[in-house]
Amino acid sequence: MNAMRYLHALVFLIALLAGMPSWAVQPDEVLSDPTLEARARAISKELRCMVCQNESIDDSEAPLAHDLRVLVRERLKVGDTDDQIIHFLVSRYGEFVLLRPPLSWHTVALWGAAPAILLFGIVTIVVVERRRAAVGSRAPSGNLTAAEQARLAEILRGGAETSG
Amino acid sequence: MIAELGQYALMLAFGLALIQGTMPIVGTRTNDAALMSIATPAALAQFAFVAIAFGALAECYVASDFSVLNVYENSNSQMPLIYRLTSVWGNHEGSMMLWISILAFFGALVAVFGSNLPAKLKANALAVQAWIAAAFELFILTTSNPFVRIAEAPFEGRDLNPILQDPGLAFHPPLLYLGYVGFSITFSFAIAALLEGRIDAAWARWVRPWVLGAWMCLTLGIAGGSYWAYYELGWGGFWFWDPVENASLMPWLAGTALLHSAVVMEKREALKVWTILLAILAFSLSLIGTFLVRSGVLTSVHAFATDPRRGIFILAILIVFIGGALALYAWRAPLLKQGGLFAPISREGALVFNNLFLVTACATVFVGTLYPLALEALTGDKISVGPPFFNATFGPLFIPLMMVMPFGPLMGWKRGDLLGAAQRLLVAAIIAVVAVAGAFAVTHGGPVLAPFGVGVAVFVMAGAVTDIVERTMVLRLPLGATLRRALGLPRSAWGTAFAHFGIGVTLLGIIGVTAWGSERLAEVKPGGSLDIAHYRLTFDGLFNRTGPNYKDVVGHFTVHRASGELIGAMEPSRRTFPARQMATTEAALMTRGVSQIYLSLGDPNKDGSVAVRLYFKPYVLLIWIGAMFMFFGGALSLSDRRLRVGAPRPAKAKAAQSKPALQAAE
Repeated sequence: MNAMRYLHALVFLIALLAGMPSWAVQPDEVLSDPTLEARARAISKELRCMVCQNESIDDSEAPLAHDLRVLVRERLKVGDTDDQIIHFLVSRYGEFVLLRPPLSWHTVALWGAAPAILLFGIVTIVVVERRRAAVGSRAPSGNLTAAEQARLAEILRGGAETSG
Repeated sequence: MIAELGQYALMLAFGLALIQGTMPIVGTRTNDAALMSIATPAALAQFAFVAIAFGALAECYVASDFSVLNVYENSNSQMPLIYRLTSVWGNHEGSMMLWISILAFFGALVAVFGSNLPAKLKANALAVQAWIAAAFELFILTTSNPFVRIAEAPFEGRDLNPILQDPGLAFHPPLLYLGYVGFSITFSFAIAALLEGRIDAAWARWVRPWVLGAWMCLTLGIAGGSYWAYYELGWGGFWFWDPVENASLMPWLAGTALLHSAVVMEKREALKVWTILLAILAFSLSLIGTFLVRSGVLTSVHAFATDPRRGIFILAILIVFIGGALALYAWRAPLLKQGGLFAPISREGALVFNNLFLVTACATVFVGTLYPLALEALTGDKISVGPPFFNATFGPLFIPLMMVMPFGPLMGWKRGDLLGAAQRLLVAAIIAVVAVAGAFAVTHGGPVLAPFGVGVAVFVMAGAVTDIVERTMVLRLPLGATLRRALGLPRSAWGTAFAHFGIGVTLLGIIGVTAWGSERLAEVKPGGSLDIAHYRLTFDGLFNRTGPNYKDVVGHFTVHRASGELIGAMEPSRRTFPARQMATTEAALMTRGVSQIYLSLGDPNKDGSVAVRLYFKPYVLLIWIGAMFMFFGGALSLSDRRLRVGAPRPAKAKAAQSKPALQAAE
């Protein structure tokens, strides 16, 4: 079993050195139990391949990603829950392995950004709206003098005539 | 010789940009018409010299002049002409050349077609364009010179990265850059307006065609890049939330917001200050996008630190232009007068809602993309922000936007009738509910929320149709009258409907393929077969094929329907490029309606069997068809603007005449 794993790793290494891209999930990695396999895929999509640029281990072709996929599947077969597996990987590789960073003191700004900006936007709009409404009511158009009203009516009529 | 000519032309262009960036501004300050008018010929001459430089580089590539380092590193004489040409921008130096070529081209367009612009606005705008051009030309000349020679010319080039040897390279970067750089025009106009301290509805009218054009190119560029990744990377993903993709999505989101706020400004003179800010932000995000992709900061903060010359230069450009623009904005924007009032429930209100959510979505992508970089730089902690984060934050912002979208066009300006709009959307809502029920009935498996997503997408599409139905009074008037009304509708109304419809179509495609796509991973022997959805693929065997600069190992598969009917063959391949010792996976795609069968090949085994990845991608083509709708809607709207800019039609003349009179009376 172990020998096979090393052989695999070696094959992967050779493939990599030869510049031959391999692929993400390999047929021989797939678990026979479809529910377990579905769970494995779901977990894999949340985990980062640490040697790649922004790829999950589910998408990555790197040998490390292969090892992690196999690891996830082995833990699943032993009967670990999804959380246990993720905890195990975080304890081994740190939070960097998670593509969805957990909420903690140094990610508050990250997770809070969207709601904060939305809230700020709403408050700004309401305040600006109130202020403008207040300015508008202080100088309503009805405050024109009689002479101005007459002039306005005349201009409106004149405008309509010239273009009509 | 050609390369030296190119470099010399680039230097001259830089000199001209300096003149174009200073003299006209002095002219606007001293009211010197002669100085102001320098901007036009300077912009044209600058474009001519940039074009010569770009042409020289292209000639080096076409002629496979490997004495030029850039050509040696990125080209190969065996490549077909089209790839030798596209590899001009398939690398850092060349892509920067493309960037400034488009910039200079747009500057020349403003110079030629801007004869109806007020002299000061035109002079200032062209001067701002020239600052951007000068900065990037200096950047190329000092840090990214594509014309550098090698003392002893090699016989053969190192070839273009195989992944880039694809027609996608011919369209994707130029379209993206047309979009990015298109926003430079709106930026220049915004800065010009701030410099001058005045802005009116006419400003929005001049700027809107540029916003629309840039937005259209960006839409198509992003969609094209997504399709390219889909078929090239071999496993059929269409969006990865990769920082490089986010870099193009951010200007698109800001540009979409700008597109909508510019309408409000043009029609109602409201949201002026906000529109200016969006114009600055849209181009700032384009610059940041260029920075993210070009500086190497994405690979790692450390890679950036070890060879920081380019990165620092672009960072300086960012700080000067974005910081400068925002400072100018903070100083001058309060001078701009606000325009028309409107009730919260109105067309303007709906567009403000649109802007709020688009900008928040944009900010979310921005924070998500840059947070890991910032955190690592500040604290040394490394975290990853990947697709699960973006899906979790972006979705909840986009769904409300989609739900409200159909209401917008049905609302009146100034004061809208929400109940009336809701009544008119009743049919659309019923269709959407039926679609949700239908999705539940027909599909099995997939996320529980997916059918509701289908409902939202259908609501958006039906809402766009409702808008046109309402305006043309289909069924309520005789057919002839309806048709006359349809022809009489402003093209921008059709444009809105098409673009909104396209959003729904794209959403439907995304939901379809993510919720109900299926996948098979297997090893097949010749004669063996695989079933997916209602298709059966039989593997007939492998054969070899030789291309101009690559070798293919091709798998031949026959595709039958489950009923046994033969429908065709698929030939995925493994492609090896000897020049770089690299291989790519060339997936085979078979289109069935708007769905696709997607097949890619693994490494063949000794016994003739081969590992394959087989996917059924339901509705996947809708993603890009939707983008086509958006592009077409933009084009319709653009053609409408062109007719109206400068020369109002008689019907509009009336409104145009009475409006100034009213203002004078106030």
